[in-house]
Parts: sequence; structure tokens; C-alpha cells
Amino acid sequence: MKEINELNLPEDVKYTDDHEWVKMDGDIVTIGITDYAQDQLGEIVFVELPEVEDSFGQGDEFGTVESVKAVSEMYMPLAGEVVEVNAALEDAPELVNTSCYDQGWIMKIKPQNPSDVEALLDKAAYLDTLRG
Amino acid sequence: MTTPTATTGLIFNEPLLWEKSRDGRCGLSIPTSDVPSSPLDATLTTGGPNLPQLSEVDVTRHYTRLSQWNFGVDSGMYPLGSCTMKYNPKTNEVQAARPGFTTAHPMAAEQLTQGAMELMYNLEQDLGEITGMDAVTLQPAAGAHGELTGMLVIHAFHAKNGKQRSKIIIPDTAHGTNPASASLCGYESINIKSGENGILTPEAVAAVMDEDTAGIMITNPNTLGLFEENIQEIADIVHAKGGLVYGDGANMNAIMGIVQPGKIGIDVIHLNLHKTFSTPHGGGGPGSGPIGVVSKLAPFLPSPRISKTDKGYSWQFDCPDTIGRMLTFHGHFGILVRAYAYIRTMGKGLKLASQLAVLNANYIKAELRDTLALAYDRPCMHECVFSDKNQQPYHVTTLDMAKRLMDYGFHPPTVYFPLVVQGAIMIEPTETESKETIDEFIQAFKDIAKEAEETPELLQTAPNLPKVKRMDEVAAARKPCLCG
Amino acid sequence: MRYLPHTQEDITEMLKVTGHSSLEDLFSSIPESCRLKGDLDLPDALTEWELNDHMEGLAANMAATKVFIGAGSYRHHIPSALNYLLSRSEFATAYTPYQPEISQGTLQGIYEFQSMITEILGMDVATASHYDCGTALAEAMLIALKKKKKTKKVAVSALVHPHHRQIINTYLSPSGYELIEIPYNPDGTTDLSVLDAMEDVAAVAVQSPNFFGVIEDLTKVRAAADAKKALMVVSFTEALSYGLLKNPGSFGANLVCGEGQSFGISQSFGGPGLGILTGTKKLMRDLPGRLVGRAKDKDGKDGFVLTLSTREQHIRREKASSNICSNNGLNAMAAGMYLAFAGKKGLHELAVLNHDKAVFLKQTLEGAGFTAPFDTPFFNEFVLKAPPGFQARRKQLETEKGILAGLPLECYYPDLKDHYLFCATEVLSRQDIENLAKEVRP
Repeated sequence: MKEINELNLPEDVKYTDDHEWVKMDGDIVTIGITDYAQDQLGEIVFVELPEVEDSFGQGDEFGTVESVKAVSEMYMPLAGEVVEVNAALEDAPELVNTSCYDQGWIMKIKPQNPSDVEALLDKAAYLDTLRG
Repeated sequence: MTTPTATTGLIFNEPLLWEKSRDGRCGLSIPTSDVPSSPLDATLTTGGPNLPQLSEVDVTRHYTRLSQWNFGVDSGMYPLGSCTMKYNPKTNEVQAARPGFTTAHPMAAEQLTQGAMELMYNLEQDLGEITGMDAVTLQPAAGAHGELTGMLVIHAFHAKNGKQRSKIIIPDTAHGTNPASASLCGYESINIKSGENGILTPEAVAAVMDEDTAGIMITNPNTLGLFEENIQEIADIVHAKGGLVYGDGANMNAIMGIVQPGKIGIDVIHLNLHKTFSTPHGGGGPGSGPIGVVSKLAPFLPSPRISKTDKGYSWQFDCPDTIGRMLTFHGHFGILVRAYAYIRTMGKGLKLASQLAVLNANYIKAELRDTLALAYDRPCMHECVFSDKNQQPYHVTTLDMAKRLMDYGFHPPTVYFPLVVQGAIMIEPTETESKETIDEFIQAFKDIAKEAEETPELLQTAPNLPKVKRMDEVAAARKPCLCG
Repeated sequence: MRYLPHTQEDITEMLKVTGHSSLEDLFSSIPESCRLKGDLDLPDALTEWELNDHMEGLAANMAATKVFIGAGSYRHHIPSALNYLLSRSEFATAYTPYQPEISQGTLQGIYEFQSMITEILGMDVATASHYDCGTALAEAMLIALKKKKKTKKVAVSALVHPHHRQIINTYLSPSGYELIEIPYNPDGTTDLSVLDAMEDVAAVAVQSPNFFGVIEDLTKVRAAADAKKALMVVSFTEALSYGLLKNPGSFGANLVCGEGQSFGISQSFGGPGLGILTGTKKLMRDLPGRLVGRAKDKDGKDGFVLTLSTREQHIRREKASSNICSNNGLNAMAAGMYLAFAGKKGLHELAVLNHDKAVFLKQTLEGAGFTAPFDTPFFNEFVLKAPPGFQARRKQLETEKGILAGLPLECYYPDLKDHYLFCATEVLSRQDIENLAKEVRP
């Protein structure tokens, strides 16, 4: 497993303490799991995705990521409606391991209150939570 | 190093059934028809599924070869913790195969099935005596099914008393089935930690027990192989708030004739006949999971119940408070026959079986404590739990040691369970292993620990002798191929 | 005791190592107040030979001779080679194949079972087994309710085995779920028209052949399920019927569960049987219980492993969809063997023979004063209305000759007074059937 200083934590995304990242692009938010989360889980074998048009509140469970021997829930960083899911993960869940901020994104949502993004953690604050 | 018992033999490759198929072969003797043909309407039928076509010889050789790739209790020591892989007596198989039993129809009239009913009645009595419980049902099909039955009984008890509760206390040393069973009854699991010595404290239970809590699910001896010494006090705390104590009897093999759970505050217990009472595990089942209850819970047991009158044995369908039916018929009768044969063969000797099971585990604990890190240094019952802490400096894990044991001719112990011990190695030798076999097992573990220091790659690449090496479980789960 | 290998010297030496003074001393961590005083009150131990006598006595007190009922438990011939192979202790005395390197026999055998079951039922995925049909069906209802979260009800045909409906009720009621029964038509099929007026349901479940032995029209069941946006669930108790009938998968069933006892497993007073649970690929991750999949070892050699285990209780704990752990694996192995012996030709011919025997039994009994309430195609079971006096005659046959002449239906279906469910399989000869007719003729 990676040491904290080996983690890839980009500056242009926001983080949650449940180890999701979000990236704002116009009025659409892309969501994925962090390098830390994918590293802890190990080789990912399945990603359970929500359906397009599903709506969730902030903190709701919206899907799961599975390795061979563990399941981890994913929670909504902010409330919103699903507009797109990463269909490529159905056949290639390993993208979450190899490219968690790019090809391994999980879903895109239309947030209820786009300004909620501001309240999420930046890189430094997320690093603090990892250091405990 | 002693010579390991495992070696290579002549092992055959064997393709899948359909790869051996040849059109026109059949391995079944089809009775000649002595009645007129009356075809069904063609819109309803097909020519039958496309199954492989093989002769009796083909099929016999196929399964014989497959069997040779398997390791069973009859092959060697199988010290899987929490699974009680004791010897499965062969006479049990003979008894269960008696035509009077095998051909019995479950819905036949009572007077035609008195023998089977007498056996079931006697077995209920025997299991009631062993567990100290007032009433027993044999209907549940397996341990987890017994557990669900027990939880449903608890649920029904609270419903009958007018107020359903919403929570259930589950210690961190519980079997994984416990929380799953509880949630099937709509109970929320309240997880509590065992104390530093691996034992549950009355304080921890008192802190969460309230009048909205249905009770506690407790395994005793627990999954660390330790006896929950505070059980009576814990039961008192739970009872005082109107709750019930569920006992997971998976580890009953440690205490037959020594403790009767029904007499120390446990209200419901399930037994695994395929563990404690010597019936074979069958590569995953069928098992049997009877439950015993104290008298106030007897009305809630699954129906029908069996009863004995001066006219013989009969089924009681009139059970107004019953949780209902758990299985289509009367339980896994074939397994019940085997367990009954075992109990009749052992008699009061069951106590000696438990004593020797505990002796074997303590002996292994004493002999391996300088080789492997002991999780909790306390007197153990029928199993002992170590970890891979001592081997970590050599980058050797529990899994590596487990796999290497195969090369030495032993089935690995249970690994990575219980979850409260990191890298757990849980060894349950059972009473049917002799001192010589156990000495060989201990020596094997010592040799492996030495290898871990000197040639760790031997362990990391193990096993080497079996037909296949470590499997790529990641690829198997990413692209599941579940039928051919 | 022949199962306990310890000599007195062994015990003494081992106690010395553990530091205990006696066997009793091993239990010193158990508080005195928890200990049993004295011995268990159990009968004295029997020798192997005494046990044989005792058990033979019990087995002999089982008096049925000719059985004309099925209702979820069927008497079929079992090849001698099957029991011989099944008793190989490498299969019988192994645990769940968690260590694939030394469990390839069980794993390949179960993989072959899964494959043949999907072929027979026309489904994508079959699990490694469940306890029996009733519990598998209850699990199927829980899957449907989980998939359609806003719904609390499932619609189940009144012609699903009465015991299976009881199990579903037991499983569902603590969670506040409800089983709504779909009544039946005068022709012995499920009356799906009542679904129109019914509220939202998560599943529409029928048994086919149903409890009356009648073959249901699964096209209509699919349409009814679609109209309700519900899962179509099909169950069966006589697995052999799918050696002849169109399979439920071909009608678009989402979940199919059944009893596999007919595939080489003895009746054994009702258990252990074989629960079959199958689904479409879409529902693969919702199926409870173990699944065997193909895999390669690190040298690239083909083999098998238990896979998708994150669905199971030991990982998902309280979030698992089911608590099942032990299944009926050895019976799945038996079924695999049976299907391998029978093969395409054997299973089909045997199914045809079962149907022919049942038709002959029906016609013969009709000649003896019985009448048929339904004129609908059936497989090897059917319902007949008995002539006056049969009830007493049937009782007499049972007690005096050990003949089981039909199952009375009134206790399950109060409007079916004097109606009986009959079954014929390949084990009954023409002579047996004609003798029965002679015995029951008023």
C-alpha cells in the first residue's frame, strides 16, 4: 500500500472524508473515488453504479466498489440527480485502480446547490484527514 | 525436518463433461415402457436439454478423477477453526442409506413413518439433554438457517408480548452469519467490542442493553476459542431488560457434557450437526441446524412439531404461536440419522470427545506459542488463534503459510477470521486427531516458520504439490464465467 | 471409543505439555457455576453391531410399499454408480472449497452442475445450490423486494406448493412484507386476470408444473409480470419435467427456483433435497449463495474458484441479502452426476416415460370411478375426484397394505373435498397401476 506522500491528490478537485473526489464543470459535477480509496481496496473487480435520473441527498449511499474480499460504499458528496454513469467500468472496473481521476470516474450529477462544492475539502484539508 | 506426508501421485487431467460427450451415448438404464405412449401437445415440449452424452464408464471415471483433486477429512488433518472437521464415521452412512429411510415419503401417513418419527423424537430429546434446553426443533437446514429460525423465534416472542424491539447486540467476535440473520428479522445490529483479554465484559453489554433491544447474539466458546466467563452476568443484564440471549452453538464441540447452555442463561441455541455431531460437510453441505429453546419459547418453534403419545408418534399442526414453516418438509432427515447414529455410538463418551478436543487445541497452543504469535494468551477451548505477526519481518503472510501447509499434507486452518485478530490463523484440531498426527502438524508449522526466515519465496509461491497453483481470483471476479 | 485415538500415555504426555493436572483441569476457565454436575443423561453407548440392530429396527418400522403421491418428493430410480461415486470421501468429507488448490474436484463438479442447470432451465446463472425449493423461492421473493424497494408485496399463485407459500410467509412477515395469493381458474391454472385489480407487487410467482400437476401458460405469466413491472418468478418441484417441457427461461423468466430432488437424490423423508436458484445475467449479483467460476492459476492453468463472494454474509454482514452459508453442495454434486449419466437422450426419454405412466394411471383410475376436474395438460401429477367411499378405502389401503393412494387436497384447498393429487413415475409398473385400480374400485 502507498505511503501518504506517494498518493496522487490533484489540486483541481475537491475531496470528502469518505474518500470521494468531485470536479465542477459548468453545472455538472463529476464524482470518483480518491487514489487513497482505490489503494486501500486493492484490485477492484466491480463497481455498482446508480441509474441515470436517480436522485440522492448529500451523504446518501449511491453505489459500491468491490475488491475480491471487500465491499466499500460510496456516499454522495452533495445532493443531486445522476446525469451520466461511467459505463466503461462495467467491463473494466480496473480503470478505477489505474486512472481514478480520469478514465476511472464514477458518475456525473447535476447538483441541487452547486455552491455546496465550496464546502468540500481541498487537497490540504483532505491530507489532514488522512494523517488523522 | 521430517519427511512430509504429502507427495505427488498420479493425478489425471480431466476435461469438462461436455468435452467428453459423444452423440448417442447414455449412462442411465431407462426402464422399458409397459404403457401406451401419450405425447403432450407439441407446443408445450422440446426434445430435451442439450446435456452431455456419456456412458456409465465415462461418468464413473470422470468423477473418480475429480475426487482425486480434493482433500477431505479422510485424506488428512483438516484443522479449520470454527468448522469442527472431525472424522465422519462410516457407520453413519450405512444407517442413513437404509431403504426404509431413503425411500420414505415425507407426506406419508404417520403410521407408515413411525420409525423415522421415533428417531427424530429421540434425537430431539438427546439434543435437549446435551444443550440443557426444554424443546428442540430439527427443521432448520443448516447453521445459518437455525440461526435465522432462532432469531425469528425471538422476534415472535417480542411480538407476542405486545412490543417489538428494533435492535440486537452482536459482539465483534461473532460469526458473519449473525448480523445477516438479525437483519433478516429487521433488527439493527449493535456491535460491541470484546474486552482486552478477548472476553466480553458485562459493562460493555450493560452500556447498550435497553428496552428497545431484543437481546444479544453470543457465541460461547467464542470465535477466539475462549469461554465467555461472564455469560451468566451478561444473561442477567439482558434478561432484566426483557431481552433474550441467543447462543451460537457452532462451538458446542468444546463443551459437551461440561456446560449445558440452557442452564447458564442462554434462551435459544442452534447446533451444527455437521460440526459437533460428525455428519460430513459434503464440500459445502447439506448440513443441519436444529435449535433448542427454553420452555417459554417452545410455542414459537416451527411447525409441525413432533409428539409422542401412547399410540405412537404424531405431527402437531395446531401451534397458534409458531413462526411458521422453515423448510418444505421435516428437516434434513438424512443428516439427522447420521447425527443420531453418532450420539448413540458415543453415549456419555461425548464428554470425553470434548475433553480431548480441548486437550488437542491446548497442546497445539503450547507447542506453537514460540513459533507463531498468540493472539490472546488465555486458556483456550477447542481452538486456538495465532497471527502472522512474527513472520511479518520476512514479508510472509498468513495466506503464504496456509498455502505452504498443503505441501506438507495438511489442510490449512481457518485464516483471516476472526476479524478482530489481524492475519488470524485459527486452528481447531478436533478430538479425532491422534497425538502423532498433531505432532507432525506442529513440526510442519515449525519448519514453515523456519522457511519463512530462510527461504520466504518458498512460501510466497506455495503450494507446489496440488494440481493447480494459486488461482487468479481477481480475473475470475472481474469477468465471471459461471457456466460452460 | 474407536473414534478417539488417544491412549492414556498420550493424554498424560499432552497434559504435561499444556501444564494441566487432568482433563477436567483444562476447563478451569469456566466458572464453577456454569459447569454441569454429573454426567449427561444419555443412553449408554452402543457397539457398531448393536447400533445396526437398533437402526434396522427403526428403518423397518417404515411401512410404505407403493407410493402414488409426489407433491414435492418423487420416487425415481437412482443409478448404483451414482451413490458409489457420491460416497467417495474426498467429496463427502471436504469442507466448502475455500482453498481452491485442493478442492478442484468439488469446484469443477459444481461448475458442471451450474452449467447443466442453466441449460435445462434456459437461464444465465445458477447458484451452487440452496436448501430446497421452498427456501430458494423465499429468497427469490426477497430479491424481488430488494429490487423494487417501494413495494412491500409479492403475488404468489395459490398453486405454488402450500408448504412453499408457508415458508415465504415465515421469511417475509418480520420485515413487514406480504404475500398476496393469486387464486386459480376452474381449469387448474393460475388466474392471472385478478392481477389487473391488484396493487403494486415486486414479483409474480407461479409454479409449473403447478401443485395440481398442471403445466402453466408461462407466456401469460410474463405478460402479467410486465403489466405490473414485476419480476417473473417460476418455481417447480418436479425437476424431471424439464427433460420434456419448454423451459421457463424461454418464456423470459427473471428468476427460476426449483427442487432438484428428482435428479438422483433419495427422498429420505423429505430432506436433504436440493434447492435450485437461477437468474438472468442482470440479476447475477443479487443471487444469494455460492457461485463457482472459471479461473486460471498463476502458471496459466485452467481451474475453478468460488467467486463473487462479496455478495455473501461473511463479507457483507448485516447488509448481505441472505445469511446462507452451508448449502446442499453434495446433493448438487449428486444431481450433476445424475444428469451426466442420463444425458440428453436419457433425461428426455425418462421424462416422456413419466408422463406416459401418469396418463395411464389417470385413465385407469377414471375407469375405476374417478373423475377429472381439469382437462389441462399435466406432467406426472394430476388431480382426481374420488368416488364415494374412497376416503375409507384409502385409509384401509394405507394401514393394511402400505399403499399411498393419492394425497387429499381438502386440507390445503377447502373447496376441493374428495379431490386427491396423484403421481406416477417410472418406478411404477403397469401392474402396480392396475392393481391400484382393482383395490379402489367402489
